[in-house]
Amino acid sequence: MWELDSERPVYIQLIEKLKADIISGYYKAGDKLPSVRDLAAQALVNPNTMQKALSELERTGLIYTNRTAGRFITSDESIIRKLKEEAAALQVREFINSMKQLGYEPEQIIELVTRLLKVEGNQD
Amino acid sequence: MRAILECKSLNKKYANLVALNNVNLTIERGKIIGLLGPNGSGKTTLIKLINGLLVPTSGEILIDGKKPGPETKRIVSYLPERTYLPEWMKITDAISFFEDFYSDFDRAKCMDMLKRLNLDPGRRLKNLSKGTKEKVQLILVMSRQADLYCLDEPIGGVDPAARDYILNTIISNYSENASVIISTHLISDIEKVLDEFIFIKDGNISVHAAVDDVRLREGKSIDTLFREVFRC
Repeated sequence: MWELDSERPVYIQLIEKLKADIISGYYKAGDKLPSVRDLAAQALVNPNTMQKALSELERTGLIYTNRTAGRFITSDESIIRKLKEEAAALQVREFINSMKQLGYEPEQIIELVTRLLKVEGNQD
Repeated sequence: MRAILECKSLNKKYANLVALNNVNLTIERGKIIGLLGPNGSGKTTLIKLINGLLVPTSGEILIDGKKPGPETKRIVSYLPERTYLPEWMKITDAISFFEDFYSDFDRAKCMDMLKRLNLDPGRRLKNLSKGTKEKVQLILVMSRQADLYCLDEPIGGVDPAARDYILNTIISNYSENASVIISTHLISDIEKVLDEFIFIKDGNISVHAAVDDVRLREGKSIDTLFREVFRC
């Protein structure tokens, strides 16, 4: 599902969504991407905007174009791993900030996270 | 490449009413443009001028460098605000009608789109719901390989799911060298498919910009901007 909010540039949101799909494994290393037209139709956006998003991802090396065969996700797993780590770090940083605002000290945060992870582990 | 549409100091008056006031506008190829304005702002007048259904009071309008006439009608595909196909027609009659009139009409593409809608081409237009009739007319218009599509209120009378179908039909069927002008006041529904938008009010063009530029610069949607600019 492509959920786009209307306050931010569409192409930036398309980049975020495609990155999320790569991180989550929906698109795997070496996978062929659908055509610009098909992706645009899926997202119900302008093909030019989708093109712009894909060009931007190409610039970062996350996808590449084979002149005759179309666009592919990079086969370099390390790039994807790095992207995943960056996304995770971003989440953790946001979490730490929220916890600090709630008045938690680093040791308390670790203690709480450890305890809740254990609880969740027991439930599984 | 030459602009697909150029308006130079374009004026249109109806008796004492100024419908378009000194409009200067250039539309490049390969774009989807929203022509956005309140009711009575001049949207339909501009579209009718493009289609040669009205003549300018003064100024110039050029489609691919040519004045509106038989040659430009060949490259402009027009969806009027109101239906004009006779009610007695079957969908197949309308298809033959388009095929006779327009050499760029692609019957196979048209049939394929109807099939995907599960629409029996043998049905008569008078027996179709309003939404279905609008879809059929859009399919006819988008089945032409035109250089410029002018769609006057294509999503006005249909439900949100049908709107998505219509937008999908538009974005999947124009070629890279063609442009699409969509006139509407239902901005939030269409802004994500637009490259550029034009605000028109009382016959004046007040803004012509790229959608993502505005979102980036102002952090707001075109719908929000519209409400600010056109506050009553």
